[in-house]
Amino acid sequence: MHEMSLALGILELLEDAAGREKATRVKAVWLELGALSAVEPDAIAFCFDAVTRGTVAEGARLMIEAIPGRGWCLQCMASTQIARRGDPCPRCGGYQMQVADGAQMRVREMEIES
Amino acid sequence: MCISCGCMANEPESEARAHVPAASVPAADRHWHQHADGSWHSHEHARLDHGHSHDQDAHGECGHDAGRGTGSGAAAQGPGGDRRVRIERDILAHNDAIAGRNRRLLERGSCLALNLVSSPGAGKTSLLCRTIRCIGDSFPVVVIEGDQQTSLDADRIRATGAPAWQINTGKGCHLDAAMVERALAQLDPPGQALVMIENVGNLVCPAAFDLGEDAKVVVLSVTEGDDKPLKYPDMFAAARLMLVNKIDLQPHCDFDPARALEYARRVNPGIDVISVSARDGTGFDAWLAWIDAQRRAKQAREAPEVIGHEAGQIGRRPVEAAALGPSPD
Repeated sequence: MHEMSLALGILELLEDAAGREKATRVKAVWLELGALSAVEPDAIAFCFDAVTRGTVAEGARLMIEAIPGRGWCLQCMASTQIARRGDPCPRCGGYQMQVADGAQMRVREMEIES
Repeated sequence: MCISCGCMANEPESEARAHVPAASVPAADRHWHQHADGSWHSHEHARLDHGHSHDQDAHGECGHDAGRGTGSGAAAQGPGGDRRVRIERDILAHNDAIAGRNRRLLERGSCLALNLVSSPGAGKTSLLCRTIRCIGDSFPVVVIEGDQQTSLDADRIRATGAPAWQINTGKGCHLDAAMVERALAQLDPPGQALVMIENVGNLVCPAAFDLGEDAKVVVLSVTEGDDKPLKYPDMFAAARLMLVNKIDLQPHCDFDPARALEYARRVNPGIDVISVSARDGTGFDAWLAWIDAQRRAKQAREAPEVIGHEAGQIGRRPVEAAALGPSPD
């Protein structure tokens, strides 16, 4: 359940930023989660609820932007969308794919009350 | 329409394509929507109150600007004195900062650090014990052991004569950079040491966590099946080397090493592979040669800087490092 550690990572970033901004409450949080990242939106939501209880971010709405996976095919020398790691290139059917985008797990923004 | 709550009934067709119910959320009243522009949001409402719509007005109610990269300022004033503040940081930023400290510490000592990952029972500890015995006095080896409970693994390592530090993660499913930082402070590895980090047996969670290592080495034993790289792709994508262990048992298992390699290269075209047996030593020449190549490459990279700092001559390449051969960079 590494999502608990990831949720704690989010909380840490929120608490740091809320402290800097002198916020009394974090009302909403926007995440970017890549389709090829090591995280499940359901699991992160469950853990986020758990770790934010009693903190400045308790009850914050969590909004997740899903970033599609993109691969670079070493055979076609072209960028293409991929849903999962290990999927073939839709052009040539080969597996010489390197991940070009969609592996990120980022906290983009928050809405605060101060 | 949502298969869980049916609330998409009121929504435009374009938004009805992906509604992921948060089945594991006990509140059960929180759920996810993906909008036509690809963004997601979750919200909560009473279990029986599913009459909301997701037209533009309702969407605006979320305070939700779905575009990516909107605005560059740090904060934007919203209605009622609420403010939006840009953060733009990786979720693992804190872990990665500590991993960076670990990496710099190891670089200063020209130590190579390998993070061994696998499912439980793949043979990481046996592999380490034989590796340490094979290395003998050639260069120092120190081991950081991660398990939920017990110091059994560290005890086995210490029996080989190598220093070992046991981390018990309790309920935790992986090592993180802070745990390894504390272990490195305890072990204080000597210069040129090989630092072996045996992660918690788990083919999922440790993939995401940088510990400051030079490379992850994934151990796959033939008793686990050759389809593991496709079933658990994140770990094989994160590793530089796959060790296929227990190769002595291959005649008794339906394990095809060629298929395992093909699957591993589907998720990671650049991964190296070596078949070994920690039990009878098969393949250890190749494994030890791989370690040696990594150490030489790192020392060739690091030595000029280390020597340069000491002598105030940053950038000068010392003779002994040059003699090891060209840097892979």
